[in-house]
Amino acid sequence: MSGLAQALRQVRFTNKAFWRNPASAFFTFAFPLMFLVIFTTLFGNDEIQVVGGATVSVSTFYVAAISAFSVISACYTNIAISVSFQRDAGILKRTRGTPLPPCAYLFGRVVHSVIIALILVAICAAFGVLFYEADVPTRTLPAFVATLLVGASCFSALGLAITAVIPNADASPAIVNASILPILFLSDIFIPFEDPPAWVDVVGKVFPVRHFSDAMQAAYFAPTGSGFRGVDLLVMAAWGIGGLVVAARFFSWEPRK
Amino acid sequence: MGEAAIEVRGLRKSYGDLEAVKGIDLLVAEGEVFALLGPNGAGKTTTVEILEGFRGRTSGDVSVLGHDPAKARAEFRARIGIVLQSTGVDPYLTVRETVELYGGYYPNPRPADEVIEVVGLAEKRDTRVVKLSGGQQRRLDVAIALAGDPELLFLDEPTTGFDPGARRNAWEIVRNLAALRKTVFLTTHYMDEAQSLANRVAVISRGVILAEGPPSTLGDRHLAETIVRFRLPQGLAGVPEWGQVATSDGTLEVRSADPTRTLHEITGWALERNVRLEALDVSRPSLEDVYLDLTGEFAGPGGRE
Repeated sequence: MSGLAQALRQVRFTNKAFWRNPASAFFTFAFPLMFLVIFTTLFGNDEIQVVGGATVSVSTFYVAAISAFSVISACYTNIAISVSFQRDAGILKRTRGTPLPPCAYLFGRVVHSVIIALILVAICAAFGVLFYEADVPTRTLPAFVATLLVGASCFSALGLAITAVIPNADASPAIVNASILPILFLSDIFIPFEDPPAWVDVVGKVFPVRHFSDAMQAAYFAPTGSGFRGVDLLVMAAWGIGGLVVAARFFSWEPRK
Repeated sequence: MGEAAIEVRGLRKSYGDLEAVKGIDLLVAEGEVFALLGPNGAGKTTTVEILEGFRGRTSGDVSVLGHDPAKARAEFRARIGIVLQSTGVDPYLTVRETVELYGGYYPNPRPADEVIEVVGLAEKRDTRVVKLSGGQQRRLDVAIALAGDPELLFLDEPTTGFDPGARRNAWEIVRNLAALRKTVFLTTHYMDEAQSLANRVAVISRGVILAEGPPSTLGDRHLAETIVRFRLPQGLAGVPEWGQVATSDGTLEVRSADPTRTLHEITGWALERNVRLEALDVSRPSLEDVYLDLTGEFAGPGGRE
């Protein structure tokens, strides 16, 4: 079997196991949607000018922002925590002892997460159409798809990379949340800043999260043009490549002692 | 003896200042069940993980099925099966799905049902892993290792933590493997396990091989003197001299390099005199005696240096 066929087979089994844990599956989907409902309820009535030039209600803005959050949650958070647990359980080491190419295993794991992310984005889009006056992008669809793919790849790579500094599975939720939650608050995901303090602006420019949020806003709502945000996509791609390099160099298949 | 499945010369492995394996040689023939026997911390797992390709070595030559395990990848891994000490599979897949998943990684897998049968999990084939007992999960480990139909199987302490019944079952599985003409390399700290399963045993302690050979001759056990023990009624006069020594509880011990003759002399005399030999016992040093003697475990903490 080719490496690709192996990877797809891996996706199938990972997917099968995922749906057999209904509690985990339910909250994987409920978690980002809870944020969507809570934030739109709390802050949804004002109007805001989003990246790309459109002026929309804040609840409409959240459809794009929480779509980005869904991808980050399904890829970065989910991959980092589940890989840490699989490493501690010895699953990674066992797999390493078989002829399966290591890349095929990790690729399978990543593709599974991307599928979950895309389902979440589809649900967000449906909520957007039904409740929050956010039409599904049509003219800017290429930008929308490209942004999702670049974002999913970037945060999947970072999810693999962060496992290099996670000492054991018990510590993984704490480390993963501490590494992502503050950035989410400062990067126009949970709170849209129209005029952010300088240091918040720096955080947003350095880390990939606000670039993702900005690119999603443009791809979703841009009133004219293609909705592509080239610089944002490049910054995300750079972070993704950096993540891959770190993962390739420091990824551990055996439990850390 | 067939060709060598495993050949190791002068293998050393250091972790910083600690030398875990101090220059060992091993030769395992194809189709053989070989046991690496030793106490905890002797270097067994380090050695087996070097052979499996999980760990690099500090120095020495290692050839497993003609490959250097430190460099080999898929082609080598397709021919070996590994049962690690720690279990780990997805808890939400069933036994059959798990065996199919891992079998699919190999070029010529055995049918999943057949493998499940070999390890005695047929009744559990549609049960999810999360619902298996510890012993059943260990059998699943063996099933996974067999799924790719390997020529050589590594079992790292396959029965540690088992109750006696589960151990007997596991032994039965290993004997089935031997019947399938697989080469088996197992590590254990149980003497009886090595004795009942292995064609050949190497005793390792503190990173050094202390003795190596078939269980029956290990440590020159077959050359050791036989001990005949018995008791005589108190105050009996005219007992011949066979070289007997009295122990603290009054039992007499006779050591003999020719036990047939010695026993004949003693029992012949006893029958003639109509003396009953109480607690008559003929024994040779057990593998356990040899093992404890070799590894110095009787010397208390620290052993013999």
